[in-house]
Amino acid sequence: MKYLQLIWATLFRHKTRTFFTLFSVMAAFVLFGLLDSVRSAFTGASNNVAGADRLITTSKISLTLSLPKSLLARIQAVPGVAATTYANWFGGIYQDPKNFFPSQAVADNFLDLHPEWELPAEQRRAFHDTRSGVIVGASLAEKFHWKIGDKIPLQATIYPQKDGSNTWIFDLVGIYQVSDPNLKGQENNFFLNWDYFDEARQLDKGTVGYYVLKLADRDRADAVAASIDALSADSDHETKTESEQAFTAAFASQFGDIGLIVEAIMGAVFFTLILLTGNTMAQAVRERIPELAVLKTLGFSKRSVLMLVLAESTLMLVLGGLVGLGLAGAVVGVARTAMPAMGPTPLMVPVGASIWLRGVLLMVLVGLTVGALPALKGMRLRIVDALSGR
Amino acid sequence: MSALVEIHDLSKVYERGKQRVEVLHHVDLMIEEGEFLALMGPSGSGKSTLLNLIGGLDSPSGGTLEVAGQRIDRMSEDALAKWRAARVGFVFQFYNLMPMLSAQKNVELPLLLTRLTAAQRRRKASVALELVGLAERAGHKPSELSGGQQQRVAIARALVSDPTLLVCDEPTGDLDRQSATDIMMLLQQLNRDFGKTVIMVTHDPRAAEYARRILNLDKGTLVENGVLAAASARTAQPEYFT
Repeated sequence: MKYLQLIWATLFRHKTRTFFTLFSVMAAFVLFGLLDSVRSAFTGASNNVAGADRLITTSKISLTLSLPKSLLARIQAVPGVAATTYANWFGGIYQDPKNFFPSQAVADNFLDLHPEWELPAEQRRAFHDTRSGVIVGASLAEKFHWKIGDKIPLQATIYPQKDGSNTWIFDLVGIYQVSDPNLKGQENNFFLNWDYFDEARQLDKGTVGYYVLKLADRDRADAVAASIDALSADSDHETKTESEQAFTAAFASQFGDIGLIVEAIMGAVFFTLILLTGNTMAQAVRERIPELAVLKTLGFSKRSVLMLVLAESTLMLVLGGLVGLGLAGAVVGVARTAMPAMGPTPLMVPVGASIWLRGVLLMVLVGLTVGALPALKGMRLRIVDALSGR
Repeated sequence: MSALVEIHDLSKVYERGKQRVEVLHHVDLMIEEGEFLALMGPSGSGKSTLLNLIGGLDSPSGGTLEVAGQRIDRMSEDALAKWRAARVGFVFQFYNLMPMLSAQKNVELPLLLTRLTAAQRRRKASVALELVGLAERAGHKPSELSGGQQQRVAIARALVSDPTLLVCDEPTGDLDRQSATDIMMLLQQLNRDFGKTVIMVTHDPRAAEYARRILNLDKGTLVENGVLAAASARTAQPEYFT
């Protein structure tokens, strides 16, 4: 600790340069926080269904392939399944493709299996009674200034109507809310009646996109998933039953290998960061060779000089990194609320202890890496040569 | 008085690429404890090299070098660093203070290597600054001090760990006359009143006259080794440089 003041003073000797470098480090760790939040969401979404109380059954081949509705009764009959519902991805566009939000046709009991979506009883009844009725999340309603009673036209991207029209007009009959701030992104969903959708669509009648089932005992998730998939084994519609997290991850992966993309971006960011801060540290130490020589003259050992330079580079990374990760935490918090959740699980996890731990380790690692060469140079300098400017 | 520095057959060779330059040739020298010695000579004569060797900043190529009973020519780099911290105070021509630290913190630097508490370090540094007459500028950074004041801070830093030996390389080389006089008076006071052994390299004969003994080097060899009879008289003439 007694060296901290010396290290601190040295670090801020060239304030402008240090602030620019700190800003770069901060920006890199904001990105790290955001990307690791996404990566963690995907990593957590493994195929391990143990402990889940809701499972999702989709086509084993592709999420885009439908399953027969006749499977519903058979899934419901599997021991350990408490309730089953189903839905289809509708994929409608409101006014402009950039106004993206998830829109799905859901069975009448879909909300029974999702108690986290809170809908007043009379609106629930209206949804049941109105064929063209839809319910939307409060965030989505607020975004487009919708209110109950509004007619909302959507352009179909997958399912035209029987008459060939791509325009579907719905009646807004309910607005649900989600209390859990971590699941606030789910307030961006748009649900229409599956019966109406199935009757009005031109294609794939009698098929569903995926089933959602509630387990009687979450400890039996593995066995139940295996039993359900066994129902369709060797058929033309083999299924894959997985956790909601895995389903969400698989859904998002349709747009690309998210994990690989995230890791590639993080790699590029940190490679650039190492070059940038490494260059800064090298320059800073080069300018301070006579000062390091003075320290050695006063009796600082080679090891002390090495540690001082390493501590300086690590302090720089830790300072910028902590601010960056803090900002990332705030951004993720906002994004999780504002971003539409494409499935039942958000695509970002909060910047929690594990991300902080990885982040701090990365700060120290990068700090030591960028400080290593300058520190070795400082350690090895010959006092007499350095003092005489050789 | 006993011998503080004993040098026998000391030589130093630098190798720069294919060039081999012998800077010191078989030097023999003894410096008593409590001496004030001036090393003089033309540029390239080897006086700074000899000073660096005595101060433990460099290692000799041959011969023996004993300071306060310790063979420093045999010490490892780390052992030399510890020895310097405990035994030697350095004063340079260009002060070599840390520009981002206050005078107080600059003086505290050598004490970071000790087990003293922060309060003890502060107290010792304050005493050292007071001794050199700069107590009221303790919070100032080097850029806020004159050359003479910076050199005083450097002397306070050299003194703060109470070394046996003060090694000064052209301590007045960058100063105006008045400041140079003040610095020489201060070094003389440290030698006379506090018993510090001072070894100083200088080009300036007027600065050298504050020493009790002057040695001349030429081409790496001691050419003169005499006691300056008039040195004691200098103490009464601080206006010498004026």
